[in-house]
Order: sequence, then C-alpha cells, then structure tokens
Amino acid sequence: MIEAWQSQIKAAAAKGDKLAIVGSSASALPAVSTIDTRQHSGIVEYEPNELVIVVRCGTPLATVEKTMADAGQMLAFEPPYFGAESTIGGVVATGLSGPRRPYAGSVRDFVLGTKIIDGKGDHLSFGGKVMKNVAGFDVSRLITGSMGTLGVITEIAFKCLPLPKAQQTRVFDLNAADAIDKMNRWYGQAHPVTATTWVGGRLYVRLAGAAPAVKTAVEKLGGEALENDAAWWADWREQKHAFFAGETPLHRMSCKSTAPPLDDAEQAIDWGGAQRWIRAPLHDGAKARYWAKQFGGFATTQSAGSARQFSTEGLDPALLDVHAKIKASFDPYSVFPGLEKSPLLQAGEG
Amino acid sequence: MKAATLFEELAAILPPANFKFIEEEMRPYECDGLSMYRALPKCVVLPENEAQIADILRICHAHRVSVVARGAGTGLSGGAMPDPNSVLLSTAKMMRVLSVDPLACIAVVQPGVRNLAISETVAHHGLYYAPDPSSQIACSIGGNVAENSGGVHCLKYGLTIHNVRKLRVVLMTGDIVTIGGDGLDSPGYDLLALMIGSEGLLGIVTEVTVKLTPKPQLAVVAMASFATVEAAGAAVGDIIAAGVIPAGLEMMDRIATRAVEDFVHAGYDCEAAAILLCESDGTPEEVADEIARVSEVLRKAGATDIKVSKNEAERLRYWSGRKNAFPASGRISPDYYCMDGTIPRAQLPRVLNEIAVLSEKYGLRCANVFHAGDGNLHPLIMFDANVPGELQRAEDFGADILELCVEVGGTITGEHGVGIEKINQMCVQFSPKELTRMHDIKHAFDEHALLNPGKAVPTLHRCAEFGKMKVSQGKPMPFADLPRF
Ligand SMILES: Cc1cc2nc3c(=O)[nH]c(=O)nc-3n(C[C@H](O)[C@H](O)[C@H](O)COP(=O)(O)OP(=O)(O)OC[C@H]3O[C@@H](n4cnc5c(N)ncnc54)[C@H](O)[C@@H]3O)c2cc1C
Repeated sequence: MIEAWQSQIKAAAAKGDKLAIVGSSASALPAVSTIDTRQHSGIVEYEPNELVIVVRCGTPLATVEKTMADAGQMLAFEPPYFGAESTIGGVVATGLSGPRRPYAGSVRDFVLGTKIIDGKGDHLSFGGKVMKNVAGFDVSRLITGSMGTLGVITEIAFKCLPLPKAQQTRVFDLNAADAIDKMNRWYGQAHPVTATTWVGGRLYVRLAGAAPAVKTAVEKLGGEALENDAAWWADWREQKHAFFAGETPLHRMSCKSTAPPLDDAEQAIDWGGAQRWIRAPLHDGAKARYWAKQFGGFATTQSAGSARQFSTEGLDPALLDVHAKIKASFDPYSVFPGLEKSPLLQAGEG
Repeated sequence: MKAATLFEELAAILPPANFKFIEEEMRPYECDGLSMYRALPKCVVLPENEAQIADILRICHAHRVSVVARGAGTGLSGGAMPDPNSVLLSTAKMMRVLSVDPLACIAVVQPGVRNLAISETVAHHGLYYAPDPSSQIACSIGGNVAENSGGVHCLKYGLTIHNVRKLRVVLMTGDIVTIGGDGLDSPGYDLLALMIGSEGLLGIVTEVTVKLTPKPQLAVVAMASFATVEAAGAAVGDIIAAGVIPAGLEMMDRIATRAVEDFVHAGYDCEAAAILLCESDGTPEEVADEIARVSEVLRKAGATDIKVSKNEAERLRYWSGRKNAFPASGRISPDYYCMDGTIPRAQLPRVLNEIAVLSEKYGLRCANVFHAGDGNLHPLIMFDANVPGELQRAEDFGADILELCVEVGGTITGEHGVGIEKINQMCVQFSPKELTRMHDIKHAFDEHALLNPGKAVPTLHRCAEFGKMKVSQGKPMPFADLPRF
C-alpha cells in the first residue's frame, strides 16, 4: 500500500493535482484523487509489558481500544470517536483528546513515533517506539494535529497506560464561578481526578485509579454519585450531550483554567476549566476570540460532533512564516490541503 | 564612517561586567558536562533580560556571527560547547521566578532558574515541578527545555515536554515570539513540541511557563535485590504487567552499587547482581496497596531480598545512591563517560550481555544505571584520559553501545541530547531524507544557520564522511539533497 500511495503522491505532485486524505468520512474539499487510509490497517506490534502499541493509520480506533482493553490498557488521552468507524490516523491527524486531557495529557503526549509519506512521496520515520527519545527534532509530535497538511500519517507508536482499577463520578450543584474554583483547587490537591465538566448548573467530577485512592477522594470531596457514569462521559466526549444539540453555533475556547465564566452565555466548562464551550450566534465568534485571548488562549467556531478547528489565528507573524516554511518543506507541490483548509474541518475527523 | 564592529556593538548594549573576551575570563565557559570537548568562544555575553537577548541576536544576525546558548553547563553531550567563531550567550544572569499561580498550578520563570529552585519556590503551596534530572540542583530550566530532560520520576510524571505550557523565545532575527499558551492547546502546528529538545538550534528561550504538580501525601520506595541482571530486568516487565506505573523504577548493576555504596552508604546490597528501586506515591492507602502488590510481584520474580523505606529519611537515602551514581563513578575511576541510549525493555538482557562483551573487548570497566521503567540506559564507561589511547577506546566503546541501541529498535539518546557527541550516530538512526527535513525545520527558524552550529543534526556531508549512512532495504539511500549547515 505504501508504495502505491507514494506513486500516487508523486504523480499528483508532477501534475500539480490535489489529493484528499480520508479515513472513515468523505472529504468535502475538491481533490483529483483520494487516499483512503483504511487500506492500510492493522496492529503492527503490541507489547503490553513495554507499554507500547504500534498501529497502521487506517486501523479503527475501536479496534485499537478493544485490543488494549483486553490487555488492561488504554489510550490515556481518551480520544473522541465522532463516528463508529473513526480511524486512529484521523485521531492523530486532528490531534483530538477527550475529557482526560488535563489530567493525563494530550494525543501528542502519548505519540512516541510516526511514519509519514510527505508531499514528495518520501516515506519517512520520526521518533520511535521507546519511551524517551531526544534524537533530532521531535517531528512526530509536530505532525500530530497538523490536519493532514504535512503528509499522510501511515503508522503511529503510542505509549499505553493501564486502565484504572476503580472509577466513580461525583456530582455537585454549583454555579459556574464556584465550579471553576473547585476544578482548579482539586487539581492542586493530588486527588485521582480524571475528568471535570460543568454543564447545566452541575459539576461532574470523575475519580479513577487505585480503589483505595478513589474511596478516600469520594469521602473528601463529597457530592452525589452518578449512576452509569461511563455512559455519561462517553456522551459528553462524543458531544451527544443535550448541551451540544440544536442549530445554534458552537464556539470552543481554549484558555487559562482559572479564567472566569462568561457573563450571560449558554456555556459549559470542561478540562478543569481550560476548555469552554459557548452556544451563541455566529457573530459572537469574534467576541469569543477576543475573550479567549484575554485569558491566554484562542477560540474557534465549529459544529458539534466534529474535529477541532485548525486555526493559525493570532500567531506572531514570525511564527506564521515558520509555518509556511515547514509546510513548503514537507509539501512543496501543495498536494495536501493548505494550512487554512484542512478537509478534516469540513467533514468530521478521518 | 567605518561600520561598528561586532564587539563595539555588543559593548554598547551590555554592562562591561557582562561582556567577556579575555581568555582567562572565558575559560570557565570552555566546556559543558562533557569535558573532553573544549573550545574557547569568540566572546561571552551575559544578558540580563529578554530585550538584551533580542539585541544580541539582532547584532549577531547582522554580522552573520553564530551564537551558542548556555544554561548551567551541565549538559552531557557537548550541546553548550563553545565554538571559536561564535558568541557564547549565558543565561546565568536570568535567574528570577517571575510569577507563581498556585490556583492554576503554573509558574513563569526565566531560563537561568535552576530546576530545583522552582520546586523550592513553590513548596509552601504543596506543589513542585515534576521532572527531576539528577543534576537538578545545578541545571537550568532553559537547558532542560533545550534537552527535553527527564528524571527518575518521569515514567509517571512525564518529561520536560509534558510539563511545559508556554515559552517566550527570541529567534535569530531578534523577533520575540510566544509558543504555546495558557490553555492546553494552541493554534497552528505544535511548535512547542519542536522547541522542546531542540538543543538551542531554533531560538533562545527567555521565559518558561511550567506546569506544577501537587506533592503526593506520601512516597515509599521498595528496594529489591536480584541474583542476575536478567531476573531484575524481567521483574520490571512484571511490575508493568501487573498494571502498576510506579512513580520511579530504576535499576543498578553491581559495579554501580559498589561504586556508590563506598561513596554515600545508601544501604545497597552489594552482593546482588542488580538492584531495583521501585517508588510508589499517593495517599497512604494507595501507597500501602501498591507497595504490597509490587512486593508480591518482586518476590515472584525471584528477588532475593526486599527492603521497604520506613520513613522519608530512609527513602531519600535509598535514592541518594542512585542520584549520585555519576559522581561515585568519578571516585573509582579518573574519568567516566556516560551513555544515554534507550531500548525496548525486552532487549535488556541482550544489550547488557553485549555491553559486557564490549567491555572485555575495549578493556574498560562499565557500570550500568538504568531508568528501567522507560528503558533508558546509562552505561558509565570508566577510563583514564592520561593513559594514551584510553579516551579513544572509551569513545569507540560508547559509539558501539549507541549503534547497538539503534539495532535493537531503540534510540541513541533518551534525555542527554545529541549535541556534538552523538552527531555521527544520528546518521545511523535517520535516513538522509529524514535529516533533510530536520535541516528544513532548522532553516524555517534560523535561515542562516547561526544558532548552535554543528550540533544535533549532522550535515549529509558529515554522514558521508562518517561512512555509516543509514541504508534502506539494503540499498544506500540516494544522496541528492545538499547540506545547509
Ligand atoms: C551529574 C549529572 C547528572 C545528570 N542527570 C540527568 C538526568 O537525570 N536527566 C537528564 O535529562 N539529564 C541529566 N543530566 C544532563 C543535564 O543536566 C541536562 O541536559 C540539563 O538539562 C542541562 O541543563 P543546563 O542548564 O546545564 O544546560 P547546558 O548544558 O548549559 O546546555 C544544554 C543545551 O541547552 C541549550 N540551552 C541552554 N539554555 C538555553 C536557552 N535559554 N535557550 C535555548 N537553548 C538553551 C544549550 O545550547 C545546549 O545545547 C545530568 C548531568 C550531570 C552532570
């Protein structure tokens, strides 16, 4: 498969054609031909004792997670699926992390190595399959979340972590400001918190880890138990919760965890306070971006149940220049989508 | 009017005491922790703030003079080694913690701040900065960022890359940029991942926002003895297989335990072929539970003795031996050379056996200390630089170990960086095309290749001379792209 893709990319480069990289969802961008990542799938290597799994790009996320769960392990960044067929390559290309993000880390924190075919058709390998590796620039993490703009990710090695032995979610009736305060305070107190979300006037706190640690934390933090909490968190992660329903545009803000709540907004607070969701008309997008900037972050507007928006808004001009040069190195003939136009934006993740 | 010289321009923006060009004054900067590589720079500058750094870089850029950054100079790969044609920029005058936000669990610090000083500054909030290189009393956070440094607690708490949120960086042009943000992600490519571990090749870090971690209520370490190195290695895998991620998981062989025991009296079992240190932290209940589980696993794996620390003093004593393994080796040998390969852990018996064979071959002793949890080996090759030929033998021995690490699916460096030391082995680990992309990245940040020249990423020309170009499917890769620096 790799060789076929290499020829396809070289041919497109020679003709000046555009290629679309798709996983489980169709691309909305105009393209002459398509690379369907599902044609390169399967688990290459899995050594639970090494805490490493190596997978091909087209492997369904569900297969990866099931294989790991059977060995008592997980992808600790808790990637959303946004569709049952979602592929692991799509997860890495979009850089999507779920509710555990502030407590365990992001996709890139768990990527140990990637192989890619760049816009010249070269198959390159960066990073590796060991826990620590500082040989050369960390290109495999640069590629993570680059939305297919630098090449086709063909293979990824991840660090695995054990599944928690115990889990419980506690719910608290709180206003937004108090919820933000609690999220931050508890973060600084070494409780086994693995997710926090405030929505609809209630703060949801997921505790997970060794059974004795969870038990102690439940006693210390209080709150009410949430029945069937795994399903609640899955709905939240997949943006199937009622908050995400309806036609009103959705704005995402990434900001400092202690930023105050927005006044008068239909909002949800996530990731220990570092991710905020606002339902508001499109023209409020500018307001959201302004607000996020005040609190050290940035905002994007998107549709529910889809990938993170790729944005280069607000970057220093010197860094935009760096972006353009990196893009030109990996994709000199513009075979792949440009920086502002990833197909993944339009069509959910790959 | 005659154009101002480089020295005139630098002298105009720096206090006299912060600009050194006399040989005796520059001596202290001639090497980093890898002292076999030495050189004097053109001059040394000690800026006091970001604006001065931007001015220095702008001046050097205009004169096309290269710049080598230096933190505390504890690096072990020659990354901060000066270059006779370069300005050496030391961050030693930028040692302030700028702000601490205990609620958001972050601190903003200048690049020269010592790693341990961050934890000391925030200790009264019940917080600390998690990555703990053994050199933490001395090394700077700027150096940690440049090397993506780790420590004995990195298996659970991550490396520098997992604990840094935001950087302010001056590019070679003098442009000041912010990389990363106060949130958990930021727009565009993940340039933060690129900057961390970039060995001073992409920009000078002037401010670091670090994530702080709550101090665990309790930490306890179990110390187990094994009759063979293989059994100790297998026990590490068994602990992981039991679903435990210890706060620290370290191994030392007998040569190492004997060296440190004489030095720090840590209470190590010097008869054992290898010992394991396995730390558990968390709530008292959690720790008790985990230590019980780990002890059970260790016993089943054939531990001949297990000791569990009974109090904080004892825990620190057990660790003191591990943390002093390098200086202890310096006591039993005139010189030592520390390697840093990382391997898939299953390859440990093979790699240790081959190191023993190489040790015979080169006639040099080698102690092994090992971040066992994450597969990061630190063979310490002992030699005497005053014996003709020994230094060369030590370097050849080291190079063989690195190539062995690549051969078994690992990497030439886990945390010390490539620097000047492992530059040739980069040609073994990466293909010319992969190296070319790295040069392109360098070029994207630093068009004229003026930052830390000759380090970290070899030119293809150099690889060709080294004669160990990585081969792909048995065929040498084509050699078309031209080196840029
Ligand atoms: C006894 C001993 C034990 C050690 N233990 C460990 C360990 O456990 N784990 C580990 O990871 N390392 C360890 N090291 C290696 C070393 O301490 C680390 O690499 C450390 O991060 C270097 O920091 P430094 O401030 O001394 O940097 P330096 O040695 O001064 O510089 C290192 C590199 O960083 C660059 N640099 C420095 N400051 C900046 C800046 N502001 N901006 C851009 N680039 C910069 C330099 O150009 C150079 O390339 C050990 C070293 C010794 C001597």
